[in-house]
Amino acid sequence: MSFPWANHYAPKHPVMQWIDERLPLPRLVYNAVGAGYPVPRNLNYFWNFGVLSGAALGIQIITGIILAMHYAANGAIAFDSVEHIMRDVNSGWMIRYAHATGASFFFIVVYLHIFRGLFYGSYKAPREMVWLLGLVIYLLMMATGFMGYVLPWGQMSFWGAKVITGLFGAIPVVGTPIQTWLLGGFAPDNAALNRFFSLHYLLPFVIAGVIILHIWALHIPGSSNPTGIEVKGPQDTVPFHPYYTAKDGFGLGVFLILYCLMLFYAPNALGHPDNYIPANPLSTPAHIVPEWYYWPFYAILRAFTFDIFGIPAKLLGVVAMFSAILMLFFLPWLDKSPVRSGNYRPAFKKFFWLLVADVLVLGYCGGSPAAEPYVMISQLAAAYYFAHFLIILPIVSRMERTLPLPNSITEAVLEGKSGATLSTSTQA
Amino acid sequence: MVRPIAFLVGLGFAGILLYSLIMGAAAYISEPPAPTAEHEFHLHPKEVHFASDGPFGKFDRQQLQRGFQVYKEVCSACHSLHQVAFRDLQDLGFSEAEVKAIAKGWATEVPSINPDTGEAATRKGTPADKIPAPYANEVAARAANNNALPPDLSLMTKARHDGPAYVYSLLTGYQPQPAELLKKFPDSKTPPSLHYNPYFANLNIAMPPPLAADGQVTYADGTKSTVDQMAKDVAAFLVWTAEPKLEARHRAGLAVIIFLLIATTLAYLSYRNIWAGVKH
Repeated sequence: MSFPWANHYAPKHPVMQWIDERLPLPRLVYNAVGAGYPVPRNLNYFWNFGVLSGAALGIQIITGIILAMHYAANGAIAFDSVEHIMRDVNSGWMIRYAHATGASFFFIVVYLHIFRGLFYGSYKAPREMVWLLGLVIYLLMMATGFMGYVLPWGQMSFWGAKVITGLFGAIPVVGTPIQTWLLGGFAPDNAALNRFFSLHYLLPFVIAGVIILHIWALHIPGSSNPTGIEVKGPQDTVPFHPYYTAKDGFGLGVFLILYCLMLFYAPNALGHPDNYIPANPLSTPAHIVPEWYYWPFYAILRAFTFDIFGIPAKLLGVVAMFSAILMLFFLPWLDKSPVRSGNYRPAFKKFFWLLVADVLVLGYCGGSPAAEPYVMISQLAAAYYFAHFLIILPIVSRMERTLPLPNSITEAVLEGKSGATLSTSTQA
Repeated sequence: MVRPIAFLVGLGFAGILLYSLIMGAAAYISEPPAPTAEHEFHLHPKEVHFASDGPFGKFDRQQLQRGFQVYKEVCSACHSLHQVAFRDLQDLGFSEAEVKAIAKGWATEVPSINPDTGEAATRKGTPADKIPAPYANEVAARAANNNALPPDLSLMTKARHDGPAYVYSLLTGYQPQPAELLKKFPDSKTPPSLHYNPYFANLNIAMPPPLAADGQVTYADGTKSTVDQMAKDVAAFLVWTAEPKLEARHRAGLAVIIFLLIATTLAYLSYRNIWAGVKH
């Protein structure tokens, strides 16, 4: 895509001209992430997280490929092969910690990216496809992260695999055969470990492919911005390069500092100690918990404690857990407010921050033992989670009186109301 | 069409959850969960510090050698150290010759085969060998320990919450069962084959107190071997077995962070420079 005023690729060097005539790859890059892509001039730091997510995927793929050179996907030696990486492979400890911490940081930046989209209405027309593809990426990430956590074949790997594949066992009639088919056996074992390794290696490349579609779909209407109003003319945009490459470069530096602090000084803080105990099918850990990035959904799963109308609680929990993500695919049609940015939607904004708090509470409960008061709190929080998207948002988007929008991005910028901070419009 | 359906689905999920909440709350009030001895008497690990703590932490090699001595003379009778090879001990400051001697003189020999007959045999250890386990297999270990399995210690300090402090607390935490506990939970008397230890998850551990008396080990460096000292030393040693590259990690981290701080400052300045003429 491009606005009419976008810079045109005009290679000066004869070699680049020669290449461009035969394979216009430099042109593609120039138009996608170079000076040929005009971007609103008022993006705030929350717009850094798309690039950061891509960087995190890059880190995962590079470290992951190196780990795969030393890892052995066999139930008998998988655990020891990871320890071999930690002890005997040159800088193996760094590669493994970079990969394990990198997974957490990938999810951190993706969650911030998603919540940025939720607040600024980035899912609304004409960017629905960007949102839908983003959700596909997120689902693929969850699958990849889960299978990656199984590979060290520690206690949490094994029992996490057992619990998560057990969810499919809740499906009526065909549940148990499906579970057996997924695992290649009646319980997680070598067959499951091998296929998880194979898929864990495959899916990141699928993610990379969907990211290309995600960016492609984004470039049709162009990037949104904190005011949520459309670009009206050349004065509203700056070329992606050098303006946003420079800003993303700074953002990447901050990201890497935080990531490396964790990697080098608290590499095990986000993991569970039980995963340093080799998998043992005969000994169940006291509390089976998934990695932190699944905790909100794990809390929803466990919030269903009573059978209703003969439907088992476990099945209800599984359906609710999957619905909690799948319903987000309908979000562009649930929130029909013509105003995109939360900065101009006072009622929406309050509920948005309630949702953020709600998801944090769900996460906390999901990481806690399945006992009171955590179950009751997660029931309340899960009820709000569903109500927020399925009931409150549609009503709010119809009822609320939005604040007056600026006439253009440039006008907002010149009046100092670029929406660059989340709270600008509270005073406005 | 989407929104009415969504409304009903949302109402359904929220309704079921609120119903579950009310039912759960009613059950909780009518039948509050009974208190357990584990819940009330289990203690978090004691506060203890090691030279390897903190972002600039380094190993105290003298202490690691003492800890190794405790492992060798006490723990290794029952606990394996599966991930550690004799050659790794050079990290503790032992010379190559000393490591060779340690490997050769190890109480358990390394499983091998008789080169003439092919029958199972054992041989002396070499620096390349992993430290041999005291028992041939799990069955043998259980048979010798009243059906309890002494866990491998290689990763122990990473496999428990607050691992180093946990090891230290467990080793120094043996005590008679409090009378208060027996009064409150008469059924929770420690069985005769187990030992009361409030730092152990279920309070009753199969391992008898391994460090029973001061002076149990005679330290080569002349340090007074109190139970507290031995427990601290062996915990420090197990920090090393679990994370032998800890020093390299701390060192590399410092260099990486300094580099990133400089690079990020430069990136920030170039960002400001490029945007200088553009109001945003």
